[in-house]
Amino acid sequence: MISLTSTDYDAIRLSIQVAVAATVLSLPFGLAAAYLITFVKFRGKVLVEVFVNLPLTLPPVVVGYLLLILLGKHGWLGSLLSDAGIRLIFTLKAAVIASAVVGFPLLVRSLRTGMQGIDPQLINASRSLGARWYDTLLTVILPLSVPALVAGSSLMFARSLGEFGATIIVAGNIPGVTQTIPLAIYEYASAPGSEAMALSLCLISVAISVVVLLLHEWMARKMARRD
Amino acid sequence: MQLAMTAQKRFPAFTFSADFNITGDRVGIFGESGSGKSTLVSMLAGLLEPDSGEITLDGDCLFSSSKRINLRPEQRRIAIVFQQHCLFPHLNVRNNLLYGFRRCPAKYRSVDFDTLVSVLKLEELLGRGVNNLSGGEKQRVALGRAVLANPRLLLMDEPLSALDDTLRFQVIPYLKSVSEQFKIPYLFISHSLVEMRLMVEQVLVVSGGAVVEKTGAEELARSRMRQSPVGYINLLNLGHSHRVNDIFSYSWGAGELLISAGSDRPAALVELSSKDIILFKKNPEACSARNLIRCSVVSTFESGNRVGVELASGEGRLVAEVVHQAAQELGIAVGSELYAAIKASAFRRVG
Repeated sequence: MISLTSTDYDAIRLSIQVAVAATVLSLPFGLAAAYLITFVKFRGKVLVEVFVNLPLTLPPVVVGYLLLILLGKHGWLGSLLSDAGIRLIFTLKAAVIASAVVGFPLLVRSLRTGMQGIDPQLINASRSLGARWYDTLLTVILPLSVPALVAGSSLMFARSLGEFGATIIVAGNIPGVTQTIPLAIYEYASAPGSEAMALSLCLISVAISVVVLLLHEWMARKMARRD
Repeated sequence: MQLAMTAQKRFPAFTFSADFNITGDRVGIFGESGSGKSTLVSMLAGLLEPDSGEITLDGDCLFSSSKRINLRPEQRRIAIVFQQHCLFPHLNVRNNLLYGFRRCPAKYRSVDFDTLVSVLKLEELLGRGVNNLSGGEKQRVALGRAVLANPRLLLMDEPLSALDDTLRFQVIPYLKSVSEQFKIPYLFISHSLVEMRLMVEQVLVVSGGAVVEKTGAEELARSRMRQSPVGYINLLNLGHSHRVNDIFSYSWGAGELLISAGSDRPAALVELSSKDIILFKKNPEACSARNLIRCSVVSTFESGNRVGVELASGEGRLVAEVVHQAAQELGIAVGSELYAAIKASAFRRVG
């Protein structure tokens, strides 16, 4: 039997908010990174690839700590933002940034695989028919990358839902403010006698993930039929 | 069209070098696979930058390493018909056709959409997705898309090589009629001598990464007779036929041709290898070949150890090939009369 408190409902709402915001905010950057890596020749491309993929190999806690250094009150970026009156650390925004950074490589990898699968001759055809590079990007590359975009977004959304290590470092675990499902489960698991509550949130987490994956499969099949 | 190109491009295992100047509206680029044809096409279209050199089209500089000019592909107005059609899979036929048209400045738009659709017989296909088209339909749409971009030059990069023979010869009339009707000069790239003869008058021969020869399509076919396992391919455009038992009879030259692979259709294009023609000095009176044609020698040409013999029967022309010894024994000379025997089954209908 699933029983949820108002704090649990907040955690569910915040988890979905963070995952949606992280995914949506990452899309333009993910598309730009995938386009650069796939289609543009430039020096230091390997370094860009390594940088993009770094969060995938680093422990999330390390990512969180580096973000804390960067965005903290005395951090390189944090001090600038602080001067402008913007505080990120221990806010929902920080949770979104942490989820975005950790999930970003999954989005880029998926998009990159999709873009690499586009026949280069289609791009040549577009250019020779009078399209500028951004026109080709908008009218050929992006439409043909939609399946990869859907796959990458689903992966990133799912990864964001499960994000724990980086989030707890930069956003803390404040119920109703920054506490997402994994953080709430962690809190229940740490307190004796809260196993049922933890299990309830686990089941909710599984349900959300199943819905996301089903949605992804449905869209993938729909697009495959259209092709 | 006046095209001048002096360009070099170094690859890890290959160096391309072109130095030619050609004038004409129907020019072919002939070469085997890997000879550098596609490199040349990519450089002309602006898809590949030469290391050095200069490319001018009708006096306009498209590329010059010394002047640091390199027009982008969309600035060159050179459209390509690709080997594998390269239609946009996410767009239907109409939107594929209009892709280049919509991006073409109004002052250059001279090709009318409806007229082109009618010439290419695409009316029924406009609403369909491109993945549901046959190979021939796809190539017609690709041709239409390129022409509707109103290019100053059309590059046809082996547009027929992905098609089977039947489709190939169905598409050729469209390629020719579209460029003639809309007055768009083209470069036709192919490794097929037959396609060259049907599509162009002048040919640039590319080999080993360089343009090695500038010649006529017919001259090229004759000079390559010895190298080809099927010899010289005679292409005969034939009109109406009538059946004689199981064979089709076509009016040709001063008489008729009997062809097993004929058809009841009003026109036919048939191939005949120069190796399938047997020459006699005198009328053999009886032979198993169903076609025994009296003809005169119009010209002869050398091709290695073979002699090509151009024969005339009325308006009809055929090229046969014989070895030097046979030529001597037959006393072949311009003006001499011979009998050509051809089996009815030697002809191959291709269109």
